[in-house]
Amino acid sequence: MKKDLGFRIGTGVFGLLLILVVVGIGFELTRQSLLSIQKFGLNFWRTEIWDPVAGEFGAFPFIWGTLYSSILALLIAAPIAIGIAVFIAELCPARLKQPLVFLTELLAAIPSVVYGLWGIFVLVPTVRSLETSLPDSIRAWALFKGPPVGLGMLAAGLILAIMVIPFTASIAREVLKSVPIAQREAAYALGATRFEAISAALFYARTGIVGAVMLGFGRALGETMAVTMVIGNTPQARVSLFAPQYTMAAVIANEFSEAADELYLHALIEIGLVLFIITLIVNSLSRLLIWTMGHGARKAAAPAAEPQAAAA
Amino acid sequence: MKKILLVFGCVVGLVGGLAAQTMKITGAGATFPYPIYSKWFAEYNKLHSNVEINYQSLGSGAGIQQLRAQTVFFGATDGPMTSQQLQDAPGRILHFPTVLGAVVPIFNIPNVKTELKFTGQVLADIYLGKITKWNDPALTKLNTGVTLPGSDITVVHRSEGSGTTYIWVDYLSKISPEFKSKVGVNTSVNWPTGVGGKGNESVSGLVSQTPGSIGYVELIYALQNKISYGSVQNMAGEFSSATVASVTAAAAAAAAQMPADFRVSITNAPGKGVYPISSFTWILLYEAPKDKAQAKVMMDFMKWALTDGQKFAPELGYAPLPEAVVKLEMAALAKLKLT
Amino acid sequence: MSVRRLRRKVVSSLFVGFCAASVLLALIPLVVILFFVMSRGLQSLNVSFFTEMPKPVGEPGGGMANAIVGTLIVAGLGSLFAVPIGILSGVYTSEYAGTRLASAIRFAADTLNGVPSIVIGVFVYGIAVLPFKQFSAIAGGLALGIMMIPIVARTTEELLLLVPTSMREGALALGATRARAVFSVVLPAALPGIITGCVLALARISGETAPLLFTSLNNRFFSTALTQPISSLTVQIYSYATTAYEDWHRQAWAGALVLVAIVLVCSILARYATRRLEGLVRG
Repeated sequence: MKKDLGFRIGTGVFGLLLILVVVGIGFELTRQSLLSIQKFGLNFWRTEIWDPVAGEFGAFPFIWGTLYSSILALLIAAPIAIGIAVFIAELCPARLKQPLVFLTELLAAIPSVVYGLWGIFVLVPTVRSLETSLPDSIRAWALFKGPPVGLGMLAAGLILAIMVIPFTASIAREVLKSVPIAQREAAYALGATRFEAISAALFYARTGIVGAVMLGFGRALGETMAVTMVIGNTPQARVSLFAPQYTMAAVIANEFSEAADELYLHALIEIGLVLFIITLIVNSLSRLLIWTMGHGARKAAAPAAEPQAAAA
Repeated sequence: MKKILLVFGCVVGLVGGLAAQTMKITGAGATFPYPIYSKWFAEYNKLHSNVEINYQSLGSGAGIQQLRAQTVFFGATDGPMTSQQLQDAPGRILHFPTVLGAVVPIFNIPNVKTELKFTGQVLADIYLGKITKWNDPALTKLNTGVTLPGSDITVVHRSEGSGTTYIWVDYLSKISPEFKSKVGVNTSVNWPTGVGGKGNESVSGLVSQTPGSIGYVELIYALQNKISYGSVQNMAGEFSSATVASVTAAAAAAAAQMPADFRVSITNAPGKGVYPISSFTWILLYEAPKDKAQAKVMMDFMKWALTDGQKFAPELGYAPLPEAVVKLEMAALAKLKLT
Repeated sequence: MSVRRLRRKVVSSLFVGFCAASVLLALIPLVVILFFVMSRGLQSLNVSFFTEMPKPVGEPGGGMANAIVGTLIVAGLGSLFAVPIGILSGVYTSEYAGTRLASAIRFAADTLNGVPSIVIGVFVYGIAVLPFKQFSAIAGGLALGIMMIPIVARTTEELLLLVPTSMREGALALGATRARAVFSVVLPAALPGIITGCVLALARISGETAPLLFTSLNNRFFSTALTQPISSLTVQIYSYATTAYEDWHRQAWAGALVLVAIVLVCSILARYATRRLEGLVRG
């Protein structure tokens, strides 16, 4: 019917607009970083020098800082987030469920700049006193070297972890909900303990859980404000948790409005492009994992993995 | 829901319409003069209530860049634009000095409240990462009456393009050839060591919160935030503190030989009673700005700032411009193409 | 009880304990942060905070009236831009769910959702600030709107899919065009949830800072002009937080309190309103 075609085209146009925005972002980022791409090529990803004066630009310190802080955040956040998801989905009494869900969402709702504010005035001094209280023998290790500034990788990792926990927890909870109840019932019927039954469910949902964790990772990669307020903004790639470092998002936020020559600007935008590509890959992969898991669950509930009870 | 939106839209439109009567000018740039500029724009707004000059202290580098992109009407910088930058701009840009200020070395050492003495060489070595502890012999030699701790020095610098940085490295490069070759003179440099803060505001924030740190900021930031700052040895060998008098003395020689485009460095100026890390700070304007109405208002503001505005300088730690310089500027302002 | 069984029980209890501990561990920063925001924010919250503009550097006092209004304006502009695009995209992807275009739209929405906010700010600077040589509230609204679109689109699609097909088929059976069926029957049924989604998205972007840094910039003065730079709570908090002025720090905490309150109120209102609206629609 003609009217239906009008409807289809009408709404389709808006959908196209959405696609156009995404394509536009990728296109603009590439176009505005051509100078830098042409000059540095692939070396851009490996060079450690960031020298606006000499016109030497290398994104390595920022890529390092972004990956280091996000992985650190994940290491802290993933177990806690999964623990929360398990608790809310499986273990907690019914009347606690809604309040706990509300509280985790509250954690997610706090704006990034407020996290940063709290970070500067509360977290960083705490980390600083932690640094000074460590005995010198430990301070000599590569992981803890450096003057006790407080600002640095540790503070950034901690803040990112707190920000990522509610995100990963809620997705993990959704994933756990989609595990067919028959799985757990079968486990319990065979005499499994809480741990063993839940492990079976987690194992079944493993691709989804990994997807949830990766989505949290993607979120941490792009986080700007809270990180730039506590990481120390120094372009150096260091192993030490206490060393001030830099992330891709933070350097763009700090230096973008003043990049006075074309090459500088293009180098910064190229960092934005790198960030865009990395988050694109991580997010797509994680959604693929979650989708695969959901897809598998929608098929007939396969027999649960042998309850760990038999193996114990 | 719809009604609320309608009312909201009407209110916004109405206020927006009313606002059209106001002259709004946007400028961006240096954090070095931000305290006095914000005072000036507020005072000027009191005198001319329909003029709102919105100044954002993003750093000298941003001021230059946004002026070139023409997203702001005027820029502000303490590091004069290079010939290359001037060439790349879409129109001719003129520098107008507004005040004189000083960059002081601030520090935070628990239990040390006296004014420490520094030389240019010592500061250069600290910022090169060669002197790493507070009780280094070079420092203790200069400050014999003070017990300096053996703790590490945390170096704080600017993370973005900054005129304050320009003044600082300009001075250090004049003293230390090694600093000049390793770091160089620019608004944004490759720092060998240290932590970065955005803006004078942030450097003062970092130093005041980090024990054992050293940084460089415009004098007023140290005064307003009650941070200890040191004296620096000048060319005449005296250890000079930044004061209105010592900064004015630094400009005395330059005032007599001001170049036509007003771009001049007065760091490490010769003479007695001179503070060696002093500098002019400039407002940048296009010679032929596109918006003539805004240009007229801006010129009127500049005339006010160079005369009546100067009286606000001393209480905020800046030194007023020498008379000779003001005269030259008024002549230059008259040459702006406003029609 | 055999040793093996005992061990299994212990392991299980430890696991349960770990999960409970995780919840507590996550709640600790929440409580601590809210505690700091409330205690330090309340100290500096007074009438002048809501009615005055920022004072010149170093002078105590002043407020964030312009920032509060600014946040409302850019968030409002963002929704104006995002809600139509988001809802209509969601309508398409739910009605024509199997088509390739729908899959492409869904993928684009998920991608856009994951784009870091700073990248969006850079993008909008390139298309809305540079060509017009003007920082503006509109550019800021555009940046925030772009961030909102995927959330609104996904919520709309999910909720429309939840509406029982019987409703859609009923309308079509009565001779309605597809458009009529969707807009008169299906959409209203899903509306409470969609509104919730929009309000939650609004709450989320009100707290964004990065996209506003190079688009709406900031403004010392009170301004509602859409083509001029405008102040916002988030940018103002950020600029105050990194300084050394005690007075500005206090104002930053107060601003944070107001911001968190706005976000909280929006979230609670949204959920509460959903339930009421659902009752109305059904009844």
